Amino acid sequence: MEHIWKRSLVLLVLLLAGTTGVYASDGAAIDTGATAWMLTSTALVLLMVPGLALFYGGLVRTKNVLGTMMHSFVAMGIISILWVIVGYSMSFGSNVLGGWFGWNSDYFFLKGIDTNVMDAGVPEYVFSMFQGKFAIITPALIAGAIAERVSFKAYCFFIALWSILVYDPLCHWVWASDGFLFNIGSKGAIDFAGGTVVHISAGVSGLVAALYLGARRGYPYQVIRPNNMVIVMLGAGLLWVGWFGFNAGSSISSGLSTAQALVATQVAAAAGALTWIIIEGVHQGKATALGFASGILAGLVAVTPAAGVVQPYGAVALGILASLLCYMAIQLKNKLGYDDSLDAFGIHGIGGIVGAILLVFFIRPSWMSEAATAAGGSWSVWNQLGVQALAVGLAVVYAAVMTFVIIFLLNKVMRFKSSEEEEMAGLDKSYHGERGYGMLNAN
Amino acid sequence: MPINSEHFNTKDMKLITAIIRETQLDKVREALIEADIKRITVCRVSGHGQQRVEEMYRGQIIVPDLIPKIKIEIAVNEAFVKITVDTILKSARSNGPDGKVGDGKIFITPLEECIRIRTGERGGSAI
Repeated sequence: MEHIWKRSLVLLVLLLAGTTGVYASDGAAIDTGATAWMLTSTALVLLMVPGLALFYGGLVRTKNVLGTMMHSFVAMGIISILWVIVGYSMSFGSNVLGGWFGWNSDYFFLKGIDTNVMDAGVPEYVFSMFQGKFAIITPALIAGAIAERVSFKAYCFFIALWSILVYDPLCHWVWASDGFLFNIGSKGAIDFAGGTVVHISAGVSGLVAALYLGARRGYPYQVIRPNNMVIVMLGAGLLWVGWFGFNAGSSISSGLSTAQALVATQVAAAAGALTWIIIEGVHQGKATALGFASGILAGLVAVTPAAGVVQPYGAVALGILASLLCYMAIQLKNKLGYDDSLDAFGIHGIGGIVGAILLVFFIRPSWMSEAATAAGGSWSVWNQLGVQALAVGLAVVYAAVMTFVIIFLLNKVMRFKSSEEEEMAGLDKSYHGERGYGMLNAN
Repeated sequence: MPINSEHFNTKDMKLITAIIRETQLDKVREALIEADIKRITVCRVSGHGQQRVEEMYRGQIIVPDLIPKIKIEIAVNEAFVKITVDTILKSARSNGPDGKVGDGKIFITPLEECIRIRTGERGGSAI
């Protein structure tokens, strides 16, 4: 029996292997400046994952702090491996199955890109790792919507399946050179650094998962408050810093477009944060630290799809609009009573949609004239709005349907939601056998 | 300023102290609120009773000297002692109605005086 397994495994590897070595170095020279910045960006985007762990970890109750941080950390393990095996190939390979996702046998275990240098002058290894960090943080964002009540094992299977079935295809549509959203309209759907691919997909999937699983025990009548706002602020700060890699790195260069994205990112975050505390100040009478952190994120999320095409005034406007609409979305959530625990949908879903749609009103003139040339005459804001709306609509529907299917099927095999006992004891004790803190803080 | 309420006598006040599992706190609180016992004090404590816990640390079995517990203190008038105790008994047991070693204890002590700081009110009506 065993040798059959071995033989079929060898056969599978050979099938996937294709022709090794043919596509080795294409002779492009390495641009050390661009490569150095891309290496830095790769590290910065990875820094966002522990940043997210701190942000989410601080927001939950003491008994769940480690389990929640593990939701982010375990993504660094699972998705890194998956990305190298199939993720990069499914995302950036050539269209297969009618363009549902991509495939390139050279990308299987990245074995064919050992000496590849891309046209941008960056080794393909660097690009693949940079993209891999986006694949890591996206499913980790979903954890915020279903915090404090999921089985660790089921969560691990969920993010693995979600990454393969939702993230990789979406990433292929939007960012691969033959992806259909990349080529739609005049210059494609605008998603500079992941408004649809990362934030809308994660936010919507989080909402579906939260609705499917139901609320935490005691929600909403029992007061559930953050165990440590200090690490929440630290996490939000790390996310802001890491976002420079996320956005400015997405230019895959080290030049003008990098600088443009960098500035847009900074001012959108600032505008979002200030808007949020001003709204809070007027509405509730006090400017909270959590509000400032939420505003930072709302601004950053909204500028993510737009960073390559908007000028600073547009980035400020997007930051303001994102905070306004995300704030309203969270008030609405409280009224409707569903348990999107850490507002993954409220911030990432809504903020992503705001950015991806409203960016059309702030596109820099040079982009519009290039689009008009590419379209062979004219290309209006309204034409681009249609393209953006289509991309957003597709991302929303695809992420929602696939997430539902994944959870539905996963639930047949294993229990996704924690049992009441596990939830009462906390994720830390139930799934990890540890405590986050010594004896601090009741509950 | 009322010194003592007509209905309650100072010597009929009790302090109920319950040591319970951390995991049962939510259930106990919910049950107490349901029984209209809403004035309680809760703190984290650690201690040692009959229960023996084995935990893993880096693959090695360790037995912690002190186990984390929750202490609840409720000051009540005599008439509420039974309902309070019954409620805690019902809600603090883990593992169904049979309970399990480590579910904790309830202590009842006579309470000499109770004074509401805001008004200076004393005795049963200040509880």
